[in-house]
Amino acid sequence: MLTKGKVHGIIANLVIVNVYGPVSQNEICLISHDNTKLMAEVIKVSRDQAFVQVFESTRGLRVGSDVEFTGSMLEATLGPGILSRKYDGLQNDLDKLEGVFLKKGEYNFPLNEDEKWEFTPVVEAGNMVEAGSWLGEVIENWLPHKIMVPFKFSGSYNLKWIADKGFYRISEVIAVLTDESGKQYDVTMVQKWPVKLPVKAYKNKTRPFRIMETGVRVIDTLNPMTEGGTGFIPGPFGCGKTVLQHALSRQADTDMVIIAACGERANEVVEIFKEFPELIDTRTGRKLIERTTIIANTSNMPVAAREASVYTAMTIAEYYRSMGLKILLLADSTSRWAQALREMSNRMEELPGPDAFPMDLPAIISNYYSRAGYVELVNGSTGSITFIGTVSPAGGNLKEPVTESTKKAARCFYALSQQRSDSKRYPAIDPIESYSKYLEYDEVIEYISANISSHWHENVTRARDVLMRGREAHEQINILGDDGVPIDYHIRFWKSEVIDFVILQQDAFDKIDCVTPLERQKYMLDKVLEINDTEMKFSSFEETASWFKKVINLYKQMNYSPFESEKFNSYQKELDKMLKDISEI
Amino acid sequence: MTEKKAFQKVYTKLTRITKATCSVKATGAGYDELALVNGRLAQVVKIIGDEVTLQIFSGTEGVPTNAELIFLGRAPSLKVDDDLAGRFLNAYGEPIDGGPALSGKDREIGGPSVNPVRRMQPSQLIATGIAGIDLNNTLVTGQKIPFFADPDQPFNQVMATVALRAEADKIILGGMGLSNDDYLYYKNVFENAGALERIIAFINTTENPPVERLLVPDMTLTAAEYFAVEKREKVLVLLTDMTLYADALAIVSNRMDQIPSKDNMPGSLYSDLAKIYEKAVQFPDGGSITIIAVTSLSGGDITHAIPDNTGYITEGQLFLRRDTEIGKVIVDPFRSLSRLKQLVIGKQTREDHSQVMNSAIRLYADAANAKTKLENGFELSDYDERTLRYAREYSEKLLAIDVNIDVNTMLDTCWMLFGKFFSKEETAIKNDLVKKYWPEQPVK
Ligand SMILES: Nc1ncnc2c1ncn2[C@@H]1O[C@H](COP(=O)(O)OP(=O)(O)OP(=O)(O)O)[C@@H](O)[C@H]1O
Ligand SMILES: [Mg+2]
Repeated sequence: MLTKGKVHGIIANLVIVNVYGPVSQNEICLISHDNTKLMAEVIKVSRDQAFVQVFESTRGLRVGSDVEFTGSMLEATLGPGILSRKYDGLQNDLDKLEGVFLKKGEYNFPLNEDEKWEFTPVVEAGNMVEAGSWLGEVIENWLPHKIMVPFKFSGSYNLKWIADKGFYRISEVIAVLTDESGKQYDVTMVQKWPVKLPVKAYKNKTRPFRIMETGVRVIDTLNPMTEGGTGFIPGPFGCGKTVLQHALSRQADTDMVIIAACGERANEVVEIFKEFPELIDTRTGRKLIERTTIIANTSNMPVAAREASVYTAMTIAEYYRSMGLKILLLADSTSRWAQALREMSNRMEELPGPDAFPMDLPAIISNYYSRAGYVELVNGSTGSITFIGTVSPAGGNLKEPVTESTKKAARCFYALSQQRSDSKRYPAIDPIESYSKYLEYDEVIEYISANISSHWHENVTRARDVLMRGREAHEQINILGDDGVPIDYHIRFWKSEVIDFVILQQDAFDKIDCVTPLERQKYMLDKVLEINDTEMKFSSFEETASWFKKVINLYKQMNYSPFESEKFNSYQKELDKMLKDISEI
Repeated sequence: MTEKKAFQKVYTKLTRITKATCSVKATGAGYDELALVNGRLAQVVKIIGDEVTLQIFSGTEGVPTNAELIFLGRAPSLKVDDDLAGRFLNAYGEPIDGGPALSGKDREIGGPSVNPVRRMQPSQLIATGIAGIDLNNTLVTGQKIPFFADPDQPFNQVMATVALRAEADKIILGGMGLSNDDYLYYKNVFENAGALERIIAFINTTENPPVERLLVPDMTLTAAEYFAVEKREKVLVLLTDMTLYADALAIVSNRMDQIPSKDNMPGSLYSDLAKIYEKAVQFPDGGSITIIAVTSLSGGDITHAIPDNTGYITEGQLFLRRDTEIGKVIVDPFRSLSRLKQLVIGKQTREDHSQVMNSAIRLYADAANAKTKLENGFELSDYDERTLRYAREYSEKLLAIDVNIDVNTMLDTCWMLFGKFFSKEETAIKNDLVKKYWPEQPVK
């Protein structure tokens, strides 16, 4: 029998419930209110009282209202039909909700119960299977969606029966398993998994080694992300976190993209809703929406569901990873999630940590990031979740708890700089502060040498050095004045500017420039390094500046032209000539 | 406030009184419900068992333990219908213009959010004639954007100008902690423009208790939703000054012993502000709510929790700054940003808009560098000299808030300045555009 309770106290969306029976931490309960039921999650139990966070506004709620506990934690519903959908943080299908405004206590089933899927079995009866084993396949949009032994099954089972190839609804039994004692279990095409627990149905997690191409030069060339890697983008407001994440979601070389819009602007999700059904994924020729799932819990939606949203997104990612796919998971902004935790912790009058965030914030963040990764599945194939979150540091100060905790958990650091953003040097990723730890991985270096070029790693290091030296020269020029330094300083500074303008800066809103394939990135890096290696002499710093401005302008024109097009090549010729002339002086 | 029904139970024993709240033993109260405490409006903020804690909007000064407390059985609401147009109301939605009581239907304020999949992408340009806005930071219906300005900047004047030029069906003003002079200023400007029938105002002045301000944004937006949803109108909401709103939030949360986060602001400041600003929306059937707000700064500090959280919520911000060179207030092109501008520039405006805007600002930035050089006693190059002369004209002809021209004229002015001071390469604009728009004869 499920436990019942009654509302005893209400402080905003924290409700104290007198419980008449056992309850568990994180159990979901439903609070009766005006003919609706409000969903809530147990976040603390103290004697016979449960403290629950309500995923809705509690306006009008009264003491004494009935509460039913459900016996389960917050669970994601996993099965074919998740792709292309728009969910809220609790995985309600937003398209199914009626009316312009969201209504309190309205929940729905996240999948389509009536749709029939063509199921093709991939194992035969008599085989031994375990959680995560692939039983069959349906085609979702374009994606071979594996129907698996549910993650909740522990140990191994005998596959007693499996359905023939044919059309089935998700709730129909497609396999029967028996355990050691002969007990039978029905398996359908849907399963549930508690979002706050990591899915562990894989053999092992290995170090990432393969570069995930994003088309963003400052990432791919200088701070590469790997399949199964983690990274974060901290930056003051307006510096380009969201624009960068959107670029990644459109361009990254990945099978599926899951976007968790967590406590940010609704208009930003609307932009995705509008563009993704129109934009084409150039690698596959399919519409972007066909590979994307969006979890939208925007800043005006219930705060407690904000926390749930990042977990719901991660669980969906883990489900698809178990099918042997590479998944890119993006969350904007993880700071809003941390703030949701803070609001609740304050209401519960817990002892606060730095900046009033909960004490265990670092642990919560690192647990979350650790769910990403590259895994070897039970059948030997591989899958990955690459996770990139944004962080919105208060006052733009990177020494605040969320940024610091995240820095410990994520391997890539894409620091957006206010200064770069102010001077419209987009994307405003600071080339000196930022890093990708993956550049130090032997397996990544090996992969790069084998797949991109044997000089690539060395070239990247050189480019970084040029930038560093350029910055130093610039500082000297600023202190001593244009005339107070040798012209060589100006040359050094301008050589770094070439890398800045040509490689680092990229116009996210230009059709051509927005995405640069690795092949082209390699070409451009070679080209700018060529300039860097050219000895040159100028008679004045003004002459230096004006020569380099011309060079930069030509390069920019190249960036705006299709690769190896007539225009592109003619700019290249012009550049070559300039370079030849200058080196002959 | 007189609102009393025969069957209502009257409580006469307060168990606790603090600076902002009082408590009473009572059953059956709903969360967020309104009550009257000796005629003062109060709202339920906490219920534990049979103890109900209420926040009294006008403060607890002089409230006795035997005050009469009556629950009103409803959350704060506003009477809405078409007759709202032209009215001046207080924070409770009661007339302060001497006109008749409101007669519309009661609608709870702070209502539900729009389902994100039912929103339309904002796409309609709002022309203000001010180049610092239209050229560099183009506004779009359904957008939310604040002015960040020190208290001595003329933000109320600029906002009134923008409002009147914006061609909105309704302008709804939410005044929080407005000085009486500024209140009268708005009233006059709207009256003189013959726009009164398009105006609705909810006014909390410095003379009213600060906590009452907390109702103003929700009142304003409830009225806005009525006209935007039911009448499909283009509604422009003006909120001034949101810093004073946030200060009132801090007063309440401090008095209720909540743990403050940065700058003594409540930990929920982000969510509190987002709930207001996210009411800006473009509805599918034509109605829209655009929010232009004022967030006053202290000493230009935008890292303070109020502007900082605001910046994370709104779709850009507009900075006002006095340009001492030309002796005028300008819209600062460096720190100002309209995030939605790319939805309209080059689409509803000329193709060269984006590139011209960027180059013009970059050259202006070069001028700022040259100025620093000059101040540090360094010699200026010819290029530096040219940028300085350019910057002066750019500021005068385009950035100053007294400019009133259309977008094409703004673009042409930029090209004219480019041609006057720079070479084609120095502008670094795409060749195709240079070919098409570069002024034939350099203007001297
Ligand atoms: N790569 C880019 N190219 C051109 N413009 C850009 C680029 N990145 C950012 N911008 C400009 O900066 C604005 C703000 O970017 P964005 O919305 O991504 O900021 P954010 O860091 O997510 O801010 P917030 O924390 O407030 O959400 C954009 O609207 C756009 O005008
Ligand atoms: Mg953002």
